[in-house]
Amino acid sequence: MAGSDKLNITPPRWLLAELSYKCPLQCPYCSNPLDYAKYPDELGTDDWKRVLSEARKMGAVQLGFSGGEPLTRQDLSELVRHARELGYYSNLITSGYGLTEEKIVELKQAGLDHIQVSIQASTQELNDHIAGTATYQHKQDVAKLVKKHGYPMVLCVVIHRENIHQMPQILEMAENLGADYLELANTQYYGWAHLNRDALLPTREQFEEAEKIAQAYKEKVAGKMKIYYVVPDFYEDRPKACMNGWGTTFLTIAPDGTALPCHSARELPGLDCPNVKDFSIAEIWNESKTFNFFRGTEWMQEPCRSCDEKHKDFGGCRCQAFLFNGDMYSTDPVCGKSPERYRIDAAIDSARQLALSGEEKPLVFRNSKNSKQLY
Amino acid sequence: MTINHDQPISFSPLHRLQWEEAQQKYVILYPEGMVELNQSSAEILKLCDGSRALPQIVAELEEKFATAGLTNDITNFLNVALQNGWIRQA
Ligand code: SF4
Ligand code: SF4
Repeated sequence: MAGSDKLNITPPRWLLAELSYKCPLQCPYCSNPLDYAKYPDELGTDDWKRVLSEARKMGAVQLGFSGGEPLTRQDLSELVRHARELGYYSNLITSGYGLTEEKIVELKQAGLDHIQVSIQASTQELNDHIAGTATYQHKQDVAKLVKKHGYPMVLCVVIHRENIHQMPQILEMAENLGADYLELANTQYYGWAHLNRDALLPTREQFEEAEKIAQAYKEKVAGKMKIYYVVPDFYEDRPKACMNGWGTTFLTIAPDGTALPCHSARELPGLDCPNVKDFSIAEIWNESKTFNFFRGTEWMQEPCRSCDEKHKDFGGCRCQAFLFNGDMYSTDPVCGKSPERYRIDAAIDSARQLALSGEEKPLVFRNSKNSKQLY
Repeated sequence: MTINHDQPISFSPLHRLQWEEAQQKYVILYPEGMVELNQSSAEILKLCDGSRALPQIVAELEEKFATAGLTNDITNFLNVALQNGWIRQA
């Protein structure tokens, strides 16, 4: 793998700090690894500060505090303050659980730039069912407080078969709450979502209907509320340019300090993801086997290898290739050129049949009891 | 939405304009996003501090770069900036 490609390592721009896998919610579409309960360790404050400093020095500028629920960390404000001093733009990605007005003010003073609150549905009943916790009312209150204290307010709703019919109400709710941005994220099927796919994947008709409604609303609220619409790649003919290319832009640090090129990379075999306790961020980013694994195009198989679109989508997502084809080097099965595309179509059919049969398949909620049982 | 000539222009409190040492450029930061700016766009935005309206911004930049005829370019850029929500008027 002599590497003209490798000489060209671009610095990280985005750092995702997954502070803790602890979360009071139990969303069945959570992208955390199924076996997260195996990794209860959490980095200490000093290690996190060092990680932030080192990544910033290399050029990272966008910083996401996520998890799990980042508010479970007592040192969150201290980390936010450190991030601000370093010049990061920091985003708190939260379920809103445990967020009080005092805390919102404290974080603002520490220099937090933005809070993204997730809401599971437009009605209390469905929200609380999906979250596995009674949180609807509190989330609404938090959204208003975020706005009141001058943060840009981003509402995030993950879309799947249980809530896709609420699209018009979700849009109205976001507008009424005064959201500056609404992120409509069609579920990506990793981690817990992969496990629950038959029950979560909408049919093509549902998806197309919902997309039409969202696009029309986009025009209606232009200039007031920005809508980010994350498409479900199963209904596309080309894969997403995953992570903007492996090891080019994104760096995720898991709660225990494991450095990941994408937040699902932990599920890939043989990557030996390095830990920030053993190496500096520069060593990890530039020299580790993990971060060099899928850099460039040398690793590709056919049809990607000779495809003229390989610099556009980098062959798609490695985790999706592994989950469906059992081969992490293969072409993302979403791609119409992949001989494995039938696997995605089969997943679509299987979910569709369950949807049409009216049968209920129980959701497996994301909690430590289930996590331990699965592994 | 287009720029009003008489009203002062301010930078949006929901965005941040910042020099990035690693990239050797100014960038605009906002929730989960970033726009890289070229030098002239950055010079214009730096003057959007709520104390100047369009004509003052043009005059100052023409003086700074010892040139004339910048009105159109600056107006066009500020219209784009307004539509993107980077700047505000009253
Ligand atoms: S998706 Fe739900 S369960 Fe997973 S971390 Fe976020 S709030 Fe918690
Ligand atoms: S064959 Fe590979 S590189 Fe070509 S479009 Fe499909 S995924 Fe992308």
